[in-house]
Amino acid sequence: MHATDEPAHDPTPPLGAGPTPPLGAGPTNRAGPVAGAAPAYVESRGIGKRYGGVAALSDVSVGVRRGEIHGLCGENGAGKSTLGKIIAGAVRPDSGELLVEGRPVDYGSPRDAIRDGITMISQELALVPQLSVLDNVFLGREHGSAGLLDRRRARRRYHEIAERIGLAIDPIAEVGELRRAHQQQVEIVRALARDAELIVMDEPTAALGRPDVDRLHGIIRNLRAEGVTIIYVSHLLADLLETCDSVTVLKDGRFVKTSSAAEETVDSLVTSMLGRKLEQQFPEPVPVPAGAPTVLRVRGLTRPGHFEGVSLELRAGEIVGLAGLVGAGRTEIARAIFGADPSEGVVEIDGARYTRRRPARSIRRGLALLPESRKDEGLVMMRSLRENVAMAHLDEVVRAGFVRSTHERRVVDEVLASVDTRAASISMPVSELSGGNQQKVALAKWLFRRPRVLLADEPTRGVDVGAKRAIYRLIHGLAADGVGVLFISSELEELLGLAHRTLVVRQGRIVDEISREQADEESIMRAAFGATDAEEHEHAPDGR
Amino acid sequence: MPPMADERTAVAARLRSGARSVWAAVAERFHGEALFRLIRDYAIVVSFAALFIGLAVASDVFLTKTNLLNLLEQNAPLGIIALALTFVLITGEFDLSVGAIAMLTGVLAATWVDALGVWPALLVAVLCAVGMGVVNGVLVAYAKVNSFVCTLATSLIIAGASLAITKGFIRTVADPSFTDLGLDELMGVKYSIWLFIVAAVLTGLVLARSKFGRWLYAVGGNPEAARLSGINLGGVRVAAFAISGLAAGIAGAILASRTGQGQAGDGISISLFAFAAVVVGGTSVLGGRGSAWRTIFGVLFLGLIANGFNLIGIEPIYQQIVQGAIILLAVAADSLSRQR
Repeated sequence: MHATDEPAHDPTPPLGAGPTPPLGAGPTNRAGPVAGAAPAYVESRGIGKRYGGVAALSDVSVGVRRGEIHGLCGENGAGKSTLGKIIAGAVRPDSGELLVEGRPVDYGSPRDAIRDGITMISQELALVPQLSVLDNVFLGREHGSAGLLDRRRARRRYHEIAERIGLAIDPIAEVGELRRAHQQQVEIVRALARDAELIVMDEPTAALGRPDVDRLHGIIRNLRAEGVTIIYVSHLLADLLETCDSVTVLKDGRFVKTSSAAEETVDSLVTSMLGRKLEQQFPEPVPVPAGAPTVLRVRGLTRPGHFEGVSLELRAGEIVGLAGLVGAGRTEIARAIFGADPSEGVVEIDGARYTRRRPARSIRRGLALLPESRKDEGLVMMRSLRENVAMAHLDEVVRAGFVRSTHERRVVDEVLASVDTRAASISMPVSELSGGNQQKVALAKWLFRRPRVLLADEPTRGVDVGAKRAIYRLIHGLAADGVGVLFISSELEELLGLAHRTLVVRQGRIVDEISREQADEESIMRAAFGATDAEEHEHAPDGR
Repeated sequence: MPPMADERTAVAARLRSGARSVWAAVAERFHGEALFRLIRDYAIVVSFAALFIGLAVASDVFLTKTNLLNLLEQNAPLGIIALALTFVLITGEFDLSVGAIAMLTGVLAATWVDALGVWPALLVAVLCAVGMGVVNGVLVAYAKVNSFVCTLATSLIIAGASLAITKGFIRTVADPSFTDLGLDELMGVKYSIWLFIVAAVLTGLVLARSKFGRWLYAVGGNPEAARLSGINLGGVRVAAFAISGLAAGIAGAILASRTGQGQAGDGISISLFAFAAVVVGGTSVLGGRGSAWRTIFGVLFLGLIANGFNLIGIEPIYQQIVQGAIILLAVAADSLSRQR
């Protein structure tokens, strides 16, 4: 195999934070990463990638040296996963170039990348659950001749690889029966069986409990000792610092810095993620009237494995932000209040206890949920604007079971005008609208009858700047009209610009409340990343 | 050339040139995407019209009142079932048991005539069919059994039940008024055709205009979005299967009454042809799309093929090949149009 006799640069010493000389010599803001003598193994030069109107990466130049564990970190949407996918050939950049050992490459698919020894282990399982460990490891690379499998040889090779990096998973076990942590290890063995010399791991610890995280870190160090290069993508900064030799910080799709992990702390990384935001226009906030009643009160809301003991209050006319990292439990909290998922605990609407929570009952009580994904949960894409807008409030336009067509048309027209969506016809399918207009339709659906409480989950995700501004104005206008808004967002400037106060969710709990006066990006991010008490560093209890 | 054939070619030529100019006008108005969508959406109408005109030109008998009424009567039970199956397909599910339910309904009605009298027996048998539909719906919606597998299994059970009741014998009804439903006419048109027309109008109204229709499309198009809009997914699915059972029962009653006897069977060809008619009409097998007029055209189109083959005197063996090919074409067109 490749790595055992790696001649050029001596693999970094086995354990501990790498004493390797930092790339680009220390925390520098310069984009050119390869300053030292050692040439980069993999290097991106001015890489850019856009999705629709949104830039995921722009002009990113990062160098990764052979044999190191290189961390990639940043907030939600900073572009770290996209960069990992570009290196592994899963995504093609729009601009810039990727160099492997100084040679420009253009990967059209992960298959091209694996030929250069580069592969990726993503968050979603890429194994065939019905097949055995052994069959998965050698899938597409079966040993044998004339169509017959040489299982003995395959097994020998499997044990050889597993031993080298310290794994002991029964090769005949069925992959679907294994725990997530073990499945991940099977993917590592498979990568090595394909002669991988560089493995991109995307959020490898996201679904693992603490003991499994430690074990994984041990395996990663063993891989390094074997000369394998690792790119470790994660937003769990403490995990990164524990294992990586060097760390690259991305911010809004741009390169911030690459530095030696030994020189960084969770705090220093968070600091480098701050700032450099584009100014957004936010409407002037309307203060919540002094006597505004509490429209929503939540006490001790719990959904085991997702969130625990969540309490919050929302007054009429108030916008309360819900900040936190992806997977912290924000979406789940909103869904539980709305009754989309089961939960325990007390919810009160306008002071009245609301039990047996179900979407239909919530709608009757004036709750509205603008879900995270308009495509999967918000809209029926193939159906018309008219049907979508009226869907949650059909009773308003129905007499004796039949829709009053002209009445419906009038109300739908009004509602669409109020969200400033102009479509050629309200009979056209929603799928033919732009993303921004789709999102406005998804919101319009809840304006058919004015809600008491709007639970807005990432309302501006994947929409262009113009539509964003329109959605800000709408949410702001609703609050000014006395609607209580729970506003979930991963974009800090939105929260800072719109919310009267912001609650920060970390690992299923509300860990901080920050008033508008005190709120800045730093305070929210520190709370979200847990930078203030990095020691604590809990993981989800059951490895969900 | 005999004058008759001459005249025919002249008619055909005129039709061709007429069609060309209509086509040119249409193509001018809708180009590219819009044109493509138009063709996709109205393919069944165009095919039906083409076949209809073709048969009218090719056969002297085709455009007679007797033949057309015959065509309708032959396809009425299938049409009623296909209309109800449209509800099920719009919700994204499938019902393979309609044929078996229809057969059992006939057997039950024939069995109960002596005890209950003709009309009560038919009514109770149809109610039993609704019950079978509800059972299917509950299994699919709440026990989460895949609808294809579920209705395949229940159709075996139902067919087995009718076999157990008849012990394999044909159950002939002595009471002559048992055949009223199948053979009697109102204003020169058979009851079964009237029932088909009523079913068509009701289905059209419910799908296009009612709250329940909206629910069906929402549940089939995006169940999660429907659920978060407060729609009761399980209730809608059960209702769709109940309607399917009702239609199968009515069709079974017509079939039994026509022959004056109840006969056990799995009715699988009924199920498959009804399904084919819905799909050929352009209702999506993936749910969320479809309408009553599509199914009506689908039923009549498949009916025309059979009728035409008979009139023109082509071996009926080839009928199935043509019908199969057309079904494939329809489903492939739907699938390809989604990828665009």
